[in-house]
Amino acid sequence: MRDWILKVKNLTKIYGDGCPKCLESETNKCSFCKATIAVNSVSFTLYRGEILGIVGESGSGKSTLVRSLYFDITPTFGEVYLNGEERNIFDFNSEEKRRLRNFKMGMVYQNPFLGLNFEITAGGNVAEKLLMANWRNYFNIRRRIKELFEKTEFPLSRIDDFPSTLSGGMLQRVQIAKALANNPEIIFLDEPTSGLDLSVQARLLDLIKKIQHEFKISMILVSHDLGVIRLLADRVLVMKEGRIIESGLTDQILEDPQHPYTQLLVNSML
Amino acid sequence: MIKGYNFAFIDEYAKREIRRKILKAVSIPGYQVPFGSRELPIARGWGTGGLQITLSLIGKEDILKVIDQGCDESVNAVNIKRFVKATTGVSITTDTLKATIIQTRHRIPEEELTETQILVFQVPYPEPLRLVEPQESETRRMHAEADYAKIWVYLYENIVRWGEITIGARYPVLVNGRYIMDPSPIPRYDVPKLNYARTLYLFGAGREKRIYAVPPFTEIKPLEFEDHKFRIEDFTDKCCALCGSKDTFLDEIIDGDKRIFTCSDTSFCKKRRKNPNIPKSSRKK
Repeated sequence: MRDWILKVKNLTKIYGDGCPKCLESETNKCSFCKATIAVNSVSFTLYRGEILGIVGESGSGKSTLVRSLYFDITPTFGEVYLNGEERNIFDFNSEEKRRLRNFKMGMVYQNPFLGLNFEITAGGNVAEKLLMANWRNYFNIRRRIKELFEKTEFPLSRIDDFPSTLSGGMLQRVQIAKALANNPEIIFLDEPTSGLDLSVQARLLDLIKKIQHEFKISMILVSHDLGVIRLLADRVLVMKEGRIIESGLTDQILEDPQHPYTQLLVNSML
Repeated sequence: MIKGYNFAFIDEYAKREIRRKILKAVSIPGYQVPFGSRELPIARGWGTGGLQITLSLIGKEDILKVIDQGCDESVNAVNIKRFVKATTGVSITTDTLKATIIQTRHRIPEEELTETQILVFQVPYPEPLRLVEPQESETRRMHAEADYAKIWVYLYENIVRWGEITIGARYPVLVNGRYIMDPSPIPRYDVPKLNYARTLYLFGAGREKRIYAVPPFTEIKPLEFEDHKFRIEDFTDKCCALCGSKDTFLDEIIDGDKRIFTCSDTSFCKKRRKNPNIPKSSRKK
């Protein structure tokens, strides 16, 4: 058995009051109380060094799932264990949660406005993570930022430019550099390349692959694009209406989908 | 002393509340304690925080000094002195060494204070993180969790843009290794005087309703990078045009087309004019 890094048990997020029958509902709208069950009893394990893909259509709960894991959203219930931490991480106090976010996790959002502070420079955004980790030497901080920008192929000449002046691809590179700053164990990628043009997308995907190889970081990659999943993910979870309907090795899922919805997804691939 | 008011204007219960908040502030150095800021005959924002601390501590035997930017004779200082005198009858002095309570706006006196004195600061903005975070609920969380990365990023960005940290007055300091505190708009020159001082420093913000404190012998560290150190204002090759001092904080005065510098601490400047060799510290080395 491979070494696990993250265990998710019965993670559920209900918007609305909820009722005892919510979890049994067929769709993500409870027919009794009209609550929205964005994520419904999701359980899975993430192993060290793998890229786990999560696919599904818009509204299937994939973003809610990763954002709960990164503490952006408070789940209704469920347990998540991180290798090396004793307790369910949702029972941690906010200071402990912040420590996990800063030192064990990294996040790359589709929308850079969520991941970056646009009031400060590109370098400053990365510096924030280092300063949280008590780096107090300006020269060393600059050197580390440059090292990270070289890794993520962000042009060093623009280190002191504001995010509002950068292109979409560059912003994603800054986000990746920020996510990598404190050598995390897990990186969450929430549609990291959606909305970028194809050539930029291809280079970013290459970069993510390269980084994953070099640092052996575990990643959870959320995407609605099966092409991206096929290129990067080792294993895939297919989500629909807040539930995992199928999971397995990427090739297996893409070549021989079992669930009718997954068959539809694979067939509609361009 | 005017009749019809309680000693020191505010009622005894209010004074007791303020003293209790001061005790809490002293017990948690650098932590901002909320208090019920009272109405006074001067407007909020004109030193009411400092004044309420002074009024709740002062007794008949106390000797009061009030300064504004180091000056004993400015309007704000004079009005506050007259008000306290009118409601308590205590004696007033301009001599730093004779005062038991000194209320100040934006300066720490040049002469070294002792353990028998209390320095009361008037504070306009008690929140050092306001610069980087507008929300009060968020700054309170940041203090509670010692989550200070944002203010450090501000310093980082300063160096990126200007090559150095450009904060003049209100330089943020770390108190006792825990809370980041706004030392009120004193010049950087005065910040090192807070570190392991013998005197009790009390800070009152009337408009913002906060009291905080630096007890004697507390470590005060200005925020700095290992390779971009905190530094004080540079007065090399300058001296006071009145007393000739070279070791005091100087004000720049433009007089016609002439530029001169004078001591900001007027009472010490007067002493130096009589005796140029008077030392800043009365302690024996």
